[in-house]
Amino acid sequence: MAEEVKLFGVWGSPFSRRVEIALKLKGVDYEYVEEDLSNKSPLLLKYNPVHKKVPAFVHNGKAIAESQVILEYIDETWKNSPILPKDPYGRAQARFWASFIDEKCLPALWKASWPCEDHEKVKDEAREHLKTLENELKDKKFFGGETVGLVDIVANFIAYWLPRIQKATGAELLTEEKYPKLYQWGHEFENHGVVKEKLPPSDKLIAFFKDRFESVSTSK
Amino acid sequence: MVDVKLHGAWASPFSCRVVWALKLKGIPYENIEEDLPNKSKLILQYNPIHKKIPVLVHGRKPICESTIIIEYIDETWPQNPLLPSDPYQRALARFWVKFAEDKGFAVWTLFRSSGEEQEKAKNESLESLRTIEEHGLGNKKFFGGEEIGIVDIAFGWMSLWLGIIEEIVGVKLLEAHLFPRLYAWTKNFKEVPVIKQNLPDCHELLLLFKGVREQALGSSSSSSS
Repeated sequence: MAEEVKLFGVWGSPFSRRVEIALKLKGVDYEYVEEDLSNKSPLLLKYNPVHKKVPAFVHNGKAIAESQVILEYIDETWKNSPILPKDPYGRAQARFWASFIDEKCLPALWKASWPCEDHEKVKDEAREHLKTLENELKDKKFFGGETVGLVDIVANFIAYWLPRIQKATGAELLTEEKYPKLYQWGHEFENHGVVKEKLPPSDKLIAFFKDRFESVSTSK
Repeated sequence: MVDVKLHGAWASPFSCRVVWALKLKGIPYENIEEDLPNKSKLILQYNPIHKKIPVLVHGRKPICESTIIIEYIDETWPQNPLLPSDPYQRALARFWVKFAEDKGFAVWTLFRSSGEEQEKAKNESLESLRTIEEHGLGNKKFFGGEEIGIVDIAFGWMSLWLGIIEEIVGVKLLEAHLFPRLYAWTKNFKEVPVIKQNLPDCHELLLLFKGVREQALGSSSSSSS
């Protein structure tokens, strides 16, 4: 019986790219459907009726939403190349950091990347979180240790999207000078043999952010 | 020697989640009550990022964030599982646990605000309740099916804390005629022996929360009198 593995995503979304990275790491073939967020497909609305967002993942007719939930499902279903440790404490640690990145880091980094009220204060919060991650990385190659794991995948925005936002807007949050380990980690992640195949085209992403910067800066 | 310690606070629904998980599995533990305005050095050491309770300490390993603690408990002590064994059912459970975490905040905002902000929070909360009832609970007795599981535990705050907030604020959200299944769930949930025996005292909670709301409104710069 042919297995149905389908992913609804958007080329520039770090969230749907997370799922692609995990599938690729495990060598799972899947069908990819590019969504137009201004005109969501009926299938997307059917598979993610609660949030109506990407990514939505379908495995043999069963639909799952929320990127971290999908990542854990993928890890439990395709057991080769695990992205979570085996021991419960290691798993708890990984989940903690993944949660920290999504709940605290990403919102702060995103807000700090664009002009806003109290911009310095917002940037300070973002920098504090980057420092926390720098300290957590210690001397590991990846957050997952020697190999890419859940935390690295969830931190994909920091490795790839953030530097391109910085290129587009001139913002300077993640610098090699201030966060040498995190900077190096980002470089390793971006150039990882498997990961790099599942990252959006650099120029296209920078152009996208340049456009956004222009419209945000002039809309006051 | 007790190998498991829980740093919590009697009034916290997050802390209670962990108590319920430990009790459902019959795991002996030492309860350490933290005074929230005056947290112990241990909390700051175990949870330097968030500085919050609950923190579970197993041996010498601290685990933070209530839902992460529950998954840890479930993986370490497999009896009376709180998550299904099937990966797809587990994914659904995790989806709703995340929903509980992300959307519960609106009720808290409603509690700590007034006027337009409160009205907005009220509408958001009602929307969430609709989604939970229709898509989450459906026609099941519990989110976990016939027995309570991690999702019931995650929504456990609705069985007591929500009512307290409704009473203090004077706003009804979870009404039986609007959300019959969810309303029935709150009753069924509180009847589960472990839950029934491990809920904070209603009156004490009411008093505490009254004080919290007064403080929140008093210190709000947007309120005018």
